[in-house]
This record gives sequence, C-alpha cells and structure tokens, in this order.
Amino acid sequence: MEILLYKLPLLFYFAGTVVYLLFFSIKKDSLSNIALGVTGIGFLFHTFILILRTVESGHLPLSNLSGALSFFSWGMILTYLVLEYWYRIHILGSFILPLAFLSLLSAAAFPNEIRSLQPDLNSSWFGIHTTLTVLGAVAFTIAFVAGMMYLIQEKLLKSKRFNRLYYKLPSLDLLDHLNQWSISVGFPLLTLGILAGALWAGDVWGAYWVWDPQRIFTSVTWLFYLGMIHGRLTVGWRGRKAAYLAIIGFMGVVFTFFIVNLLVEGPHRFI
Amino acid sequence: MNIILVGLNHKTAPVEIREKFSFPEASIGTFLTQLVTSPLISEGLILSTCNRVEIYAITENAPECFDYLSRFIYENQKYHDNISFDQLTRHLYFYSSTDAVSHIFRVSSSLDSMVVGETQISGQIKEAFDYAMINKATGVILNKLFKKAISVAKRIRSQTKISENSVSVSYAAVGLAKKIFGDLTGKTVLLVGAGEMAELAARNLVNNGVKNVLVTNRNYQRAVELAREFNGISVKFDEIGVELAEADIVICSTGAPYYVINSDMVENAVGRRKNRPIFLVDISVPRNIDPKINTLGNVFLYDIDDLQAVVEANLKERQKEAEKAELIIAEEVETMDRWLKSLNVVPTIIAIREKVEAIRKSEVDKTISKWQRELSEEEVGAIENLSQNIINKILHFPLSALKAEAHLSGGSEVIETTRKLFDLAEEKQPSQDPEAPPAGTAESPEEPISRSRDSRENQ
Repeated sequence: MEILLYKLPLLFYFAGTVVYLLFFSIKKDSLSNIALGVTGIGFLFHTFILILRTVESGHLPLSNLSGALSFFSWGMILTYLVLEYWYRIHILGSFILPLAFLSLLSAAAFPNEIRSLQPDLNSSWFGIHTTLTVLGAVAFTIAFVAGMMYLIQEKLLKSKRFNRLYYKLPSLDLLDHLNQWSISVGFPLLTLGILAGALWAGDVWGAYWVWDPQRIFTSVTWLFYLGMIHGRLTVGWRGRKAAYLAIIGFMGVVFTFFIVNLLVEGPHRFI
Repeated sequence: MNIILVGLNHKTAPVEIREKFSFPEASIGTFLTQLVTSPLISEGLILSTCNRVEIYAITENAPECFDYLSRFIYENQKYHDNISFDQLTRHLYFYSSTDAVSHIFRVSSSLDSMVVGETQISGQIKEAFDYAMINKATGVILNKLFKKAISVAKRIRSQTKISENSVSVSYAAVGLAKKIFGDLTGKTVLLVGAGEMAELAARNLVNNGVKNVLVTNRNYQRAVELAREFNGISVKFDEIGVELAEADIVICSTGAPYYVINSDMVENAVGRRKNRPIFLVDISVPRNIDPKINTLGNVFLYDIDDLQAVVEANLKERQKEAEKAELIIAEEVETMDRWLKSLNVVPTIIAIREKVEAIRKSEVDKTISKWQRELSEEEVGAIENLSQNIINKILHFPLSALKAEAHLSGGSEVIETTRKLFDLAEEKQPSQDPEAPPAGTAESPEEPISRSRDSRENQ
C-alpha cells in the first residue's frame, strides 16, 4: 500500500509530461488544462508523501540521493505551478514536467529507505544546507528552461517562422527576465547553502573547508553564476548570451549534483 | 411567429451594389418607422454597414414577409435607373428561424466579416439595435435576440483568441514587437523616412505604450512636422547611426535606392545598448536596411514580405479560433431556440384552457337550466366545482407534458399535434398559404429556411 502511494506522484507526473508534450506539438489549448490538473493532483500526493516521510524520520527526507532528487522534483513542480498562476505560460509545463518527471524517476531508481543520519553528520545545519542547495538547483533549472525557450523563440523570430510554437512561447523579454530572476534567486540560495554546509562541516569535523571534488566543483559553479550576474549588470550579458550561460551553468549543476555524487568518495556521497 | 432576415453582404454583392442599397444613418429612424407599419411585421431592425445591409423582422408569414423586405430594400435604392428588382434579388440572402439566429450570432462575432476577428461589427450591431429601440421598432423577441447577439460576441472574444493576432500589415509590427519586448510601455521608436505606412505603424506602436518617437527624414522640415504630430523629437538624417542606440524599434521607409542603415551602424548601436534587443522594420522597396544585419545577435529585422507572412500566419491562427467560435454559436443558437419555443407553447396552452372551459361552461349551464327547480344554490356550486376539478385534473397531464416537450427538438410538432387534437384553429395566421409555416412553429421541414436563391453560388 505504501509502495503504491509512493508511485502515485510518479504516475501523475508521467501523465502530465505526456499531455504537456502533446500540447507542445499539437494545436489544442484545452490540453494544457488537463495537463495542469493531472500535475496538480500529482503534486498534492507528492507533498503528502514528503510530509509523511518528514514526520516519520524527524527531518526533511534529504539524507540520500533519492530523497534529494524527489525534493528537487517537488520544488520544480511547485515553482511551475506558481509561474503558471502568475504568467499563464502553459508551454513552460512542456519543458519543466519532463525534467521533474525524470528526476523523480531517477529518485525511484535509487534506494530510498529512510536511514537515520550517521550520528557524526547530524546537525541542525544539515537540513538547512541540503534544502537551500536543492532549492538553488531548482532556480538554476528554471533559468536553464527559460534559456532554452529563449533560444527557440529567438530562432523562430529570426528565421521568420511563425508556427504554433511561436504563438505559444512568450516574449523574449519575459524569458530573459525569467532567466535573470531565477539566477538572482538561485545564487543567494546556493551561497547560503554553501555557508550552511561549511558551518555544518565545522560542527561535525571542526574544519569549515576541506578540499574535496564536490566542494571544488560547487565553488566553480558558484563562481560561474557570480560572473554571469556581474556580466549582466556591467556589460549587458543578456538575451542570447545569458540564455547560453544559463544552459552551461545548469550543466555544471547537474555535473556537481549527480556525477560527482556517484563517482567520488567523500562526505557528500549519499549512497 | 418567426424570426426572418433578408440581406446582402460583401460576399454576395460587390460594392457597386452595396452602396446603392445602404441605409443612411441619418434617416434610419424614418425607415424603421416605415418598416414596422406593415401588418406583416410585429418587430423590425435595420443593420446597415459598409459591408452589409440586413433587415430583421418578426412575422407570422415568412414567405410574404421575405418579399416585403426585399421590396423594402429595393425601394431604398439610390439612383433608381440602374438595377431591376430581379437583379437585386440575385444578391440577397434569406434566412428564417434558427438559421436567422445563427446568422446574426455569426455576424456579431465577426465570423461573417471580411476580416474574421475584427471588433467593429459588434459596435455597429449595438448601434443598429439602439436605433431600433429608440424608434420602438423592436419588441420582446428582437430585443432578446440582439442582446444575446452582443453577449455572444463578447463571449467569443473572451473564450477564443479570435481577435488576438493582428491581421493588418501596419499592425503586424506591433505583434512582433510584443513577442520581442513583451510590454511596449516606455519604449522608443525611430522613424526613418516619413511615409504614410511608417506613420500608421508608429501610431499603432504609440497606442500600445511606446513613449518616445524620434523622426528623421532627408527633408528635415517634414521630420519636424511629423515629430510634432507625435509629440516626438526630430533628428538630422545623418545622425541615424547615433540615434540607433536610443531606439528599441526602428521603422524605415525612405525612397532611397541604397541601404540607409548598414551592418556596422547596427553592430555599433547594439554594443552601446548593452545588448538590449533592437527591432527593425524595413517597409521600403527597394529595401533600406542591409538584410545581413538579421544575423547579428539581439537584432531582429523584418521586411515588408516578412510582415505579410506574419499577417498570413495570424489569419490562419484566427481561422482555427473561428472553428471554436462556431461551436459556441451552435450552443447559443440552441439556447435561443429553446426560449423561442417556450414562447410558442404559451398561446397554445391558453387556447386549450379557453376551449375546454367553454365546453364545461356550456354543458354545466345546460344541466343546471334543466334541473333548475330541484337544485339548491349549494348543489349548483357543487356541480360547478366538480366539473372544474375534473377538467383541471384531466388537463394537468397533457399540459405539463406539452410544456416539457416544447423545449425539445420536435417540440413544434408536438404543439402542432396538440392543436389538432383539440381542434384549435391556426389562429393569428392571415393566409392559408401551404408554404407558410403553421402559426406557433419555429421550424418546419417544408419551409424554405434559407432561400438564398443563388446568392451563395455567386460568391
């Protein structure tokens, strides 16, 4: 029964992804309503499960990679629902839902039993550190999506192809702003997440900074985004350039979050 | 009782015909008064725009009324020498009952317009309706019909995107600009050359929030004049390069046979703009902006053919929306039809009650006069009550069934059958023309619902 419950959000996000992709490719506006409804129901189940697991373990279920991915997926959907409510850009769902679904799918692929944290890792900074970094990753993913949409819309405008997608995609200005806002929300989240992580490390091991691959890659990503914000404010890295940068930055996030986690030994190794 | 209409529009008649038969706005009141003096017509309305002349009427005798309305349009002809009545009827279309309802809904929501999605027509309908009301030409049915037509148009505009994408070339630039800048509030437009089309495009941009207008022209005096019109600033023609950095939108339409704006100028401007996008429209032929610049980052260049392509794409998009609108109309026609049918059932019910009551009264009177001496006043009262109760109880079932059935399709047949069963006269029907619809029916299969003689083939 419980297993089934955990599969429900996955099922609904899958359905949402399918309908959003249909909406992307064929002309039928009502599809977006169906997709939104399905996604909304999945999100309610997902929220319920997260609460359940938090109550069960006494902390946010972020102690393993599976939990982090599930929380990431939840954050993506939450952000999407908020953006949909504000801007009514249905096509955003066609980009975000597949990503949220895939991350929840990979969450299901990793072991997700609740482990009590190793006593030496347990500190109040733990929850803050993981929550902030995952939410930061959500923001950078939105920036990535906005960048992708920008490049598509720009290409349509430049090549003068006024097809369905042209009508469904919002204005370049809005997409560029979405990119900018996401980065300016993601960057402080990541910064605070890193600080909380350092304090956590200080609590547990007595050293705030240790040279390990994950920390190094995270710092590189952090510097990249810092450079990106700086570039926008001073020399006007906006539009196409900002879109490309958001995509590259997202690659860095995925690399740090996933690859380093799986391949490199160290305190960030969840499984 | 039937809604009918006779008219001609841009699809059935060329402008040479339409202009002869349009009703001048100034004297429309006189025409309306004259229209409803006919005993054939209980309500009437005249809709006359540059693309159509239509007369709506409520009548009991559709065929005669079709002729009357055709004559009415014919007699309004200016320059009488030109066109015979037969020639005119070739351009006319005739609709009745649900087809008429469907037609006015399609007209009001611009599905019947030259440009699908235009919004002017619903205002014109409102005006025509106001005139008809002021002149007391309309009544319960046309009032309901036209209020409904106006609200259907509103519903379609809000529930479909039929009016969303612009379909005029001068307006297409606004749509494109919105896809780039989102909101145009506070943006700056630079007009290079002072052609009429550029001016029109600029006006549309200003109406959509563009704040600053810069104007430049080889003839500086003309630039100053145009700038004054827009409350803008005139710029010397050889300073275009400098001003490009200020402009979010550039509209170019000079008569020059060479590129007035070249790649270097734009590249330079984009750099100074810190990569804020720049949107250039070149509506001059030969072109005045080097087409190469479209390859630059954050630069979007469109020539006159590109704008035409936008218009065509927008038209296609509207066509798709029009299909949705047709569904809404079908739904609304049904609602209206149900209301009309419920109107029809009321006189029948009254007639049945009157008839039965007359029978009861005569039978009761006969009995009472026969037994007059033996019957006390109380007993007379009891007989009255008894007979009253019996007819009420008996009539209860057929009448409630009739009320319920009248709303359904085939309701008119039920009403007709009921009238036959109770042997009710086809009242309120002046002639017994076999082609005429029976009184109280909204629709019958034999009736020429749209006698659009050959007008539609002529399109």
